[in-house]
Amino acid sequence: MDDGRLDGARIEGAPLTTPVAGGGEARLSVTTIRGLSMLSVLAAWWLGAWFAGSPQLLPGPARVVAFAWRETLDGALPANIGFTVARVIAAFAVAMLAGSVAGYLAGRSRRVDAVLDPWVVIALNLPVLVVVVLTYIWVGLNDLAAVLAVAIAKAPTVFVTIREGARALDPQLEELARVYRLPFGRRLRRIEAPQLLPYLAAAARSGLSITWKIVLIVELLGRPNGVGFALNMYFQSFNVTGILAYGCTFAAIMLVAETALLQPWERRANAWRQRA
Amino acid sequence: MPGDSALELRIDAKTFAVPGRVPHAVLCDVAFTAVPGEILALLGRSGSGKSTVLRIALGLDRDFIGRVRMPPGRVGVVFQEPRLLPWLTLTENLRLVVTDGVPAPDIGDLFDTVGLPGIADRLPSELSLGMARRVALARALAVDPDTLVLDEPFASLDRRLGADLAARVADRARRGRAIVLLATHELDHALAIADRILVLSGHPATLAANEAVPDRAADPGGVDALRDTLLERFAFLGTDA
Repeated sequence: MDDGRLDGARIEGAPLTTPVAGGGEARLSVTTIRGLSMLSVLAAWWLGAWFAGSPQLLPGPARVVAFAWRETLDGALPANIGFTVARVIAAFAVAMLAGSVAGYLAGRSRRVDAVLDPWVVIALNLPVLVVVVLTYIWVGLNDLAAVLAVAIAKAPTVFVTIREGARALDPQLEELARVYRLPFGRRLRRIEAPQLLPYLAAAARSGLSITWKIVLIVELLGRPNGVGFALNMYFQSFNVTGILAYGCTFAAIMLVAETALLQPWERRANAWRQRA
Repeated sequence: MPGDSALELRIDAKTFAVPGRVPHAVLCDVAFTAVPGEILALLGRSGSGKSTVLRIALGLDRDFIGRVRMPPGRVGVVFQEPRLLPWLTLTENLRLVVTDGVPAPDIGDLFDTVGLPGIADRLPSELSLGMARRVALARALAVDPDTLVLDEPFASLDRRLGADLAARVADRARRGRAIVLLATHELDHALAIADRILVLSGHPATLAANEAVPDRAADPGGVDALRDTLLERFAFLGTDA
């Protein structure tokens, strides 16, 4: 009945004794949830393999782990992963360096941005496959072409992220640098770099995950070694166990690299923002 | 005729233009000079254009009709906002602005001067606004400036502390023969330390007064007389304009 009165209506807040989880308790809870989530992936995989009933179509986790172990013992898996990691590091470094420098300049100068922006828009919309194939044709089937192709495919996204960071630099601190006539190096190192670090960290995190995936395509198309080459070889022989062994192992390594290196770096890069 | 080491500023007109709106004039006919060792206090209502005059003097705003000539040498600045770098400690904030050719400052002495001893290793996030402004003042002094431009540096401090700090800064500036351009709304602070009082008034604001402050020791009554005159002409100076 809506008679405009609030007969019997009560507004209740949370009880004052509601326990608030401490930092350690909250972390433990999140860690547990993550662990359970990963276990559920394994369980789903194992169930899928059981339903498929064919190790050739979908082998179970134990069979894949055993295959990976054998490949490790005979040296094929470490060697191929070594080639791929080297290409990922080289391409990642080139893409980050070129994308960061160009993005910084475009973010600081509208004229530079006017010159570079159309190139970047084209590069962003160009299929990776086209970049890879053309680079192989023009540069040759070699590691330089492989690294170059990945860097060309990745650098535009780094460019866009760093450009946004450069545009967001605090103009008040820029004025401070001007009136105190700070030299360019000190201005860059002490005033601009700390503001750009969160953007660099974000570009690096997204960059790493994209870079290694592109590297696999590049290897699949034109290298005689590496994880991408191995995947192609096992695809030709329809060896799903081999494909999963290489794919999962490499993804795990990249996951560790991101968790152990990039995420802590990103947290450190953002620390001053949380303090400020 | 002021020499090369003088500050000369002449603003014939300054307008602000916002796209899609009619430009409005904020300043006209503002002209003054300052010689080394001289302290100028710029007073006016809030929004009268004091900060704009300082920005023009610093070369941060070039969109005006007129001429500005800053004397050669180092410039120390306190903006209305402290503008401390949050990722640096307070000592690092002070050292940041000290470039080659500037004598290494005594950081502890600078913090003492602004009444903040023992905070050198703290971060800006640990300070109140008033404390952060004082650190910004210490930073301006760290470069041993030939010209000191201060935009309401004693705001958010209580009157006694503000007056004490103003006296210390003035003493240091006079010893270093620095030109000081101080924007403030505190007439008493201005009369206590300045050699000349400039008042912005009107719409657009013009330089309505440019008065020398009498020698305080020789003619204490003269300062009171000037105070009364200014309050009579510009009633807003008696309030927290």
